[in-house]
Amino acid sequence: MSHESTYVPGSAIERWLDKRLPIIRLGYDSFGDFPTPKNLNYWYTFGGILSVCLVIQIVTGIILAMHYTPHVDYAFESVEHIMRDVNYGDIMRYAHANGASMFFIAVYLHMFRGLYYGSYKDPREMLWIIGVVIFILMMATAFMGYVLPWGQMSYWGATVITSLFSAIPLIGDSLKTLLWGGYSVDNPTLNRFYALHYLLPFLIAGAVILHIWALHIPGNANPTGVEVKSKKDTLPFHPYYTVKDGFAIVVFFILFAAFLFYMPNSLGHPDNYIPANPLVTPEHIVPEWYFLPFYAMLRAIDFNFLFISSKLGGVIVMFSSLIILFFLPWLDRSKVRSHRYRSTAAKLWFVLFVADCVFLGWLGGQVAEQPFILFSQLATAFYFIYLLVILPLLGLMETPKELPKSISEDVLSNTKKKAAISATPEPVAQPAE
Amino acid sequence: MNSVSDTQPSVGDHGEETTRRDFIHLMAIGATGAAVLAVGVPAIHQLNPDASVRALATKEVDISAIDIGQAIKVMWQGKPVFIRRRTEEEINAAGETPISALKDSKSRNENLTGSEEATDTNRVVKPEWMIVVGVCTHLGCVPLGTDEGDSRGEYNGWFCPCHGSHYDIAGRIRKGPAPENLIIPPYEFVSDTVVKIG
Amino acid sequence: MNTIIKTLITATAFFGLSVGIANAAGGETKELKHHHWTFAGITGAYDKESVQRGFQVYREVCSACHSLDYVAFRHLGQKGGPFYMEKCPEGFPSTQDCRQPIANPIIKALAAEYEIEDGPDDGGDMFMRPGLPADYMPGPYANVQQAAAANGGAIPPDFSLIAKARHHGPDYIYSLLTGYEDPPETITIAEGTYYNPYFPGDSTSLLKPEYVDDEGHVLEGVKVPYGGVLKMKAPLSDEIVDYADEETPETVEQYSEDVTNFLMWAAEPKLESRKRMGMISMIYLFIFAGIVYWSYKQIWSDVDH
Repeated sequence: MSHESTYVPGSAIERWLDKRLPIIRLGYDSFGDFPTPKNLNYWYTFGGILSVCLVIQIVTGIILAMHYTPHVDYAFESVEHIMRDVNYGDIMRYAHANGASMFFIAVYLHMFRGLYYGSYKDPREMLWIIGVVIFILMMATAFMGYVLPWGQMSYWGATVITSLFSAIPLIGDSLKTLLWGGYSVDNPTLNRFYALHYLLPFLIAGAVILHIWALHIPGNANPTGVEVKSKKDTLPFHPYYTVKDGFAIVVFFILFAAFLFYMPNSLGHPDNYIPANPLVTPEHIVPEWYFLPFYAMLRAIDFNFLFISSKLGGVIVMFSSLIILFFLPWLDRSKVRSHRYRSTAAKLWFVLFVADCVFLGWLGGQVAEQPFILFSQLATAFYFIYLLVILPLLGLMETPKELPKSISEDVLSNTKKKAAISATPEPVAQPAE
Repeated sequence: MNSVSDTQPSVGDHGEETTRRDFIHLMAIGATGAAVLAVGVPAIHQLNPDASVRALATKEVDISAIDIGQAIKVMWQGKPVFIRRRTEEEINAAGETPISALKDSKSRNENLTGSEEATDTNRVVKPEWMIVVGVCTHLGCVPLGTDEGDSRGEYNGWFCPCHGSHYDIAGRIRKGPAPENLIIPPYEFVSDTVVKIG
Repeated sequence: MNTIIKTLITATAFFGLSVGIANAAGGETKELKHHHWTFAGITGAYDKESVQRGFQVYREVCSACHSLDYVAFRHLGQKGGPFYMEKCPEGFPSTQDCRQPIANPIIKALAAEYEIEDGPDDGGDMFMRPGLPADYMPGPYANVQQAAAANGGAIPPDFSLIAKARHHGPDYIYSLLTGYEDPPETITIAEGTYYNPYFPGDSTSLLKPEYVDDEGHVLEGVKVPYGGVLKMKAPLSDEIVDYADEETPETVEQYSEDVTNFLMWAAEPKLESRKRMGMISMIYLFIFAGIVYWSYKQIWSDVDH
């Protein structure tokens, strides 16, 4: 559905520029006239929301970088300086810290949406793969960013997560020393994390451009999973989706502002307001909430498996949970994309999978004791079983419902249904949808 | 390509409804613009001096050890301040300079309004003490003339080596590219031997 | 997609239920006293008089051991601070702007009561001078080693961020300060330590031998007391601080409330301006959302979707 350009340069300057650098044409074709399925619902607005999140993080991040000092003796102090003395510094820092959480809320919803509607299926595999790359880059960026305030959680989080690499056979310990630039997490570590934390967002921005490119080659997927058949199925991106995304972004900002202004510390951990102390480990180390599901998987492996130690096993399981996402387009054998037309069994398993991810997140925040370890093991097992066994088998076994012939037909039948309901002379109380 | 116009009537194409419709879209665009501007204010204002910088505005200097004819340099708000104890002859010479001989006729004295005539009296609190911010008004270099053995320029005051600006003994620009006299910082004598700058 | 919403609701409900079993492990602390704080809520603001009294309590009691490293005198006089002045007192020269902490007479006088180390002077020596508004509060100890040595090995934590560095910080501080009690019968505590049911710790190891078996397991039917022991003895007692205001009771509860207010201010000095900005932003965002929604409805009004 990569469409022919419809841009007509309006003025002499535009014509001049268009011959030399058709940048306005690119913008117009991508975000102006781009034909977009007309049945996209609000779950499809998270792409726009995520772009805004990235911009917010980069802008507030650069502002913070102007006042922050990446040195173990001054990092904590400089963050307090930002909070207390820099003009609007408290707002900037809270916006950056809570902005990261908002970013992850949006990215998780974006991913589950892709999962539910089968957006990753042929011909959009590259789109999904780049998305997973962005997600992993985001995790790396967020992790390094959390180290910078140099509080207790920063320090011990950095120690624990970098120690994961020591589980790798043979090279593990050397690799850990290489990452640290020393024999413990210290000033060299903080400095390089700062440099990388500044760099990675720009890599993310680059990957986002590829992501949008990969989206614009086949065009948007949509809730029916039926490809666009004719002009009747689409609307130009502007103004239809600029305004719809715009509305969603404003609503999202309300959520963001609620955290930023009224509970800015609710998603953080109090221990990070204690300066890093290499002699005292906090009683209960927890990563930020968005890492908790993966943290739970890491801790679930408390047994040796054949020649694999429990430590290495945990690391393998945790990283596999991310790597497996790359293969999702080929693991899902369903004949239709969208769960809307799949069997009830498929829907139920999907619901269980979402619940499992949330449950893993909750488990990641609990102490590493029974029964939580057992729960984590079961939930981790289900995570992999769903993706590796259930998803492929469902696709092979189920008979999907009949697909609508086109997007327009689907939209029309919905409208008729609605009209029929509202036209009933004596309206019967409708059960809430 | 006629895009979607065959199926979708374009927006605002409904006679009398047009005004109301355009109005709401303009409102939406305006509200977006206002929001971006409102966010821009803190994003720019954070560059201004922060509260800790603003609080470090004053500095007290003990001047009892400066002999007649000598000068010292002290740091104030990150800039050098020259404190010169002038000789009788120097004070007289500065006082006799006619305003017409000056390149910049304003006093540039922050203890006054700054726009009075640049007489020597308007440049000092006590004639013996010449206190100026040691930043050339051309492009911000530190003029020579404070330390023993420095070049003091053609007017026996200060000389900026970067681009050749000559200041007289009252810190007034006499020759060279600098446009204004050296700034006099706000200061007061706390006692005969202590001056508080800022 | 409705299924997804239902899932999320179910998951959230499940999440809520399971929190109940979360704290099943030993070493519990007593449930904190829930106090109503004026700074809570969306329009929350500090009770300035209470913060002022709390500063007096900090200064006369806490500051003997606890530093306030990130708080400068000028912070006390800035907007939102306890000694902020909207305008100068009568008889001040009109050039002075007392809204600026460096011109605020209370702050100047307060800072001058402290001796601050400065230097080196021209001879290379450090010297003491009266404090200025820009100076930070001097702490009681020169370094952590000295602090540990003076307190039986325990380092009194810095107080600048204490209200944010503990779960439910304000309630915790208030509960801890008002919660000292005699140790329960079942435990023995060492000389120089003090029992507090709100202090995090595991008092299992303090149980008297008759309540544990040979392997150190707690005997059936024995309840491990809440909380643990700390090296700070109850710092407040009635009438320990003399308030200028005769109306305000001089009790441990009142002192604790005041000092909690002060410590919360010290941890979040910009809370009021943040919440004010939040109110404006929220109102704007709701109106903005309404406008964009209206615009959206208009644009989509002719489209079947």
